[in-house]
Amino acid sequence: MPIVMDADRVGRSLTRIAHEILERNRGADNLALIGIRARGVPLAERLAANLKTAGGQDVPTGSLDITLYRDDLMKHQVGPQPILRCTDIPFSIDGRTILLVDDVLYTGRTIRAALDALIDFGRPNAIQLVVLVDRGHRELPIRADYVGRNVPTSRQQSVQVRLLEIDGRDEVEVDEVEGAS
Amino acid sequence: MAHATDAYVLKGGRVVDPRAGRDGHFDIRIENGLVAAIGKDLPLDDARVVEVPAGFVSTPGLIDMHVHLREPGQEHKETIATGTWSAVVGGFTGVACMPNTDPVNDSASVTQFILKRAAEAGFARVYPIGAVSLGSMGDQMTEMGDLRAAGCVAFTDDGKPVATALLMRRALEYAGMFDVPIIEHCEDPSLKGDGVAHEGAVAAMLGLRGIPGVAESIMAERDISLAEVTGGRIHVAHMSARQTMRAVRDGKSRGVRVTCEVAPHHFTLTDEALKDGAGYNTNLKMNPPLREEADRLAMIEGLRDGSVDIISTDHAPHHADEKALEFDRAPFGIVGLETCVPLCLDRLVHAGVISLSRLVELLSSNPASLLKIPGGTIAVGAPADLTVLAPDAPVTVRTAALVSKSKNSPFDAWQLRGATAATIVGGRVLYANPAVADAARFVAT
Amino acid sequence: MTAATKLRSRHLLGIAELDPDEIELILDTAVAMKEIGTRTIKKVPALRGRTVVNLFFEASTRTRLSFELAEKRLSADTMGITVAGSSVTKGETLADTARTLEAMSPDLIVIRHAASGSPHLLSTICKAGIVNAGDGTHEHPTQALLDALTMRERKGRLAGLKVAIVGDLLHSRVLRSNVLLLTKMGAEVRACGPATLIPLGLKALGVHVTTSIDEAVKDADVVMMLRVQHERMHGLFLPSLREYFSLFGLTPARLEHAASNVIVMHPGPMNRGVEIDSAVADGPWSVILDQVANGVAVRMAVLYLLAGEELT
Repeated sequence: MPIVMDADRVGRSLTRIAHEILERNRGADNLALIGIRARGVPLAERLAANLKTAGGQDVPTGSLDITLYRDDLMKHQVGPQPILRCTDIPFSIDGRTILLVDDVLYTGRTIRAALDALIDFGRPNAIQLVVLVDRGHRELPIRADYVGRNVPTSRQQSVQVRLLEIDGRDEVEVDEVEGAS
Repeated sequence: MAHATDAYVLKGGRVVDPRAGRDGHFDIRIENGLVAAIGKDLPLDDARVVEVPAGFVSTPGLIDMHVHLREPGQEHKETIATGTWSAVVGGFTGVACMPNTDPVNDSASVTQFILKRAAEAGFARVYPIGAVSLGSMGDQMTEMGDLRAAGCVAFTDDGKPVATALLMRRALEYAGMFDVPIIEHCEDPSLKGDGVAHEGAVAAMLGLRGIPGVAESIMAERDISLAEVTGGRIHVAHMSARQTMRAVRDGKSRGVRVTCEVAPHHFTLTDEALKDGAGYNTNLKMNPPLREEADRLAMIEGLRDGSVDIISTDHAPHHADEKALEFDRAPFGIVGLETCVPLCLDRLVHAGVISLSRLVELLSSNPASLLKIPGGTIAVGAPADLTVLAPDAPVTVRTAALVSKSKNSPFDAWQLRGATAATIVGGRVLYANPAVADAARFVAT
Repeated sequence: MTAATKLRSRHLLGIAELDPDEIELILDTAVAMKEIGTRTIKKVPALRGRTVVNLFFEASTRTRLSFELAEKRLSADTMGITVAGSSVTKGETLADTARTLEAMSPDLIVIRHAASGSPHLLSTICKAGIVNAGDGTHEHPTQALLDALTMRERKGRLAGLKVAIVGDLLHSRVLRSNVLLLTKMGAEVRACGPATLIPLGLKALGVHVTTSIDEAVKDADVVMMLRVQHERMHGLFLPSLREYFSLFGLTPARLEHAASNVIVMHPGPMNRGVEIDSAVADGPWSVILDQVANGVAVRMAVLYLLAGEELT
C-alpha cells in the first residue's frame, strides 16, 4: 500500500504550516492550539514547538475529545461507544484565535462536532483549521486553512496517519479497504 | 366410587407393590372398577386384553397428601376439578387437600362441599384435611369429631404453624381419640419474620430477607416433644432443613409417633437457582424456601435411609399475575402435581438414591397408611386405582402445557427421564400420556 | 486483560454482573465526564433526543438529583416519576407500571425500589436499558462506582487498598455493591458491624468480618461508614443509639490507628453522633463531598455507556 507521506515529509509539512500560521496571523500573539483526540493532540504539540522555534513565543496548547458531540453516537447497531478521553483546555478561549488541529480532513463531521464543542467553551475571535491530510469527500461546508498534503482518495480507501508519539513512527498510508484487512 | 366397566386384563407388565411384597411380572384383572384378580397367566375369559408395553411398571395409585386445591374461595388459582385433573395427569389417583381455603375447611359443611365437588369432577379421589383451629387462627379447636365423620383424614393449620404449644398439645390429645395425625407446617414465626428466602449466602447477596433452617426445626422439635408426651401422631409437612431431618430422626429413634414428608423441589433445587437468568424468579419462592446444598443432601439422605416417610408436592397454585411481582411481594408456592413423577424417577430412582419399590412406598403405600385411606396396594376386591409408569420415557417439562390452572413451576424446560404413562381410577383409564409411546394402548377402543 | 470498550450488558443491574475491565471502563469514562462539570457550559449533546425515566419508588433526594443532573448534562430528555410511600402500597403493580412506561419508548429507566430484584423484574419486561439506583437490601451499583472513583482519585489505585466498611452490614445495599466491586478490583475489605447486623455468607466473598471497629480500622487506607437507620436502632437489632456510637461510632481517636493518610467516606445522609463523630465528618480525612461530585460523573458515564447500543 502506498505511503503518501514519510517521516521527513510529515516533519517538513509541520514546519511549513507553522510558518504559514505566523505569516497569516502576523505573529503568535493571542494564538492557541487545540488538538482533536487522538492524533490531533501530538500534531498540536509539535506545531507549538515549531511556532516557538520560528516565532520565539509559547503558544498554549489543549486537547479536545469530541466523542460526546458526534452525530453518529447512537447509530451503532451493536457495538462500542467510542471511548471517551479527557478534554483538557487549561486556558480561556475567549477572544483568542484558535488553531484547531486534526490528522485527516474527510467528511467534515468531526470538525463540525469540534466546532460545537469549542463554542461550549467560550467565544474565540476566530477558529482556523489545521490538518495533516485532506482526502476530500466533504459532506459539510468546511475547509481547512492549513493543509500538510492533499491526497486524492476514493471512498473505498482508508487513510492511516501514524505518529511517533502514538504509533512509533511518522507516516501516512493509503489502504484499499476492500480485502485489505 | 367405581364405575362399572368392561372387564379387562393388564397383561404381562411389571408390577411393583411393596406392601403386598410384589415386584415382578403379573397380570391384573379389573372388573366393575375393582381389582378382580392378580397373578401369573390369569385366564382371559372374555376380558379385553391390554398388553402392557415392555418397560412399563404398574403400581398402586399414587397419593399426594399435600395439595392446595384452592376451592372454595380462590378459584382463579385452581379449582377442585382442575386440581384433581392435574393430579391425574401427574399420575396421582388420590390427593389430600389442605384446609387453607376461603372459607377455611374448619366445619363439616366445607368438607362436604369439597367432597361433592370432587365427586362431580370425577378425577382423582380427594381426601380433605381439616383445620386444627377455627379459621386456622390458633384460638379455638375445630370440631374434629364432626370433621372426621364428614371425611377429614387429618388436621392441620397449614400455611402457618399451630399457633401455640398448648393448642398443639390439645390437638394431639384430641385427634388421638380418632387416631388421625396432626400435620404441621413447622415454622417459628419470630425467626421466620418477614423472610422470603433461605437465610444463607445467596439471600445475603441478593438482598433477600432470610428464613433460617432452624425456624423450621425449632417448631418440629416442639411438636415432636409434645407428640412424645401425648402419644399423638405428628406429621412434619414439607420438610426442608437438615436440622429438621435430625430432629425427626431423633424423635423416631425415641419411639415418638412422628413422620415426615419432603417435596420434590427440596431434593432437586437449592437457593443457588435464585441467581439464574435475570435472578429473582418468583417461581422459586416457596415456604419453606429452597435451602442450601447441605440441606438438599440431607433430604436425599433421609429418602435413602428411610427416615423420610413420604414424598408430597405441596402443590400451591398461584395466578401468573400474582407471581409477576417483586420477589418480596409475590406469594409463596409452586405447582407440583405434574412434575413430581418425572423428578422422582430421574433424580431419585435413576440417580440410584432409592429403588422403584421404595419410591412406591413414598408416593403411595406410606401416605395411604398414614392417612388410613384405601389404596397404597393392589388388593383383590379393592377399587382399581393404579398408576402406570414409563420409567425410561424422556420428558421435557413445559410449564405452559401444564393442565393445572396455574403454571407457577420452576421446572420449565427441564429434561428428565421417567413419566406417568397412564392413570387408572376405579378401573377407568382417566389418562394416557400422549407423549409416551404405546401409552395409548390403555385407552379402550 | 484487554481493556473493555463497551459494557457487555445493556442494563446496570448490579456490580455482580460487571467484570473488572468494565468497572475500569466506567471509571475511566467518569474521569472524562468529570471535566464537563468544570466548564462554564456544563452540558454536552451526547444523549440529545434520548429519553430517560427516573422511576423512584423510595424517597431518595440525593441519588435522584444526581441522576437528574447527569442526564441533563448529557442533554437527555428526562421524566421523573416518584411514587410516594413504600413498595407495599397497593394498586398498580410494578409490571403494569413498567408496561405503561414502555409504551412511551424510553431509552433508559433508572429505578429505585424498596424490593430487592425490582430492576431485574423490570429488565424482563422492558426493552429499555435498566439502571439500578438502589434495590432493597441488594445493590446500589452507582454508589459503589462513585466510591471507587473517589478512592482511585485519592489513592491512585484500588488493588491492595485496605478498606474498612463499618455499620449495618445486613441491610446495606451500599455494602454489597462495594464488597463486590472492591474484591473484584483486588482491594482488601474488612467489614465491621454488630453481630446482629452481619449477613451470613459475607466471609465467603473474601471479606474479613469483625465486630471490632478497632480491628477493622487498623492500618486502613479507607474507612467507609454506613448509615444506621433509625428504625433499626431499637428493638431486636440494637439496644440503643448511645451504645451503638460507643461501640461502632467513628471518632478521631479511633482513626489514629488507621493509615496516616486515611480517607473517610460516607454514602450519606449521615447521622452525626450515631455512626460518625462530627469532628470526623468535617475533618481533614473526610472525602464525603468528593463522593457527591463523583456521583454525577459516574452516573453520566453509566448512562452514556448504556445508551450507546441501538435497541433492536
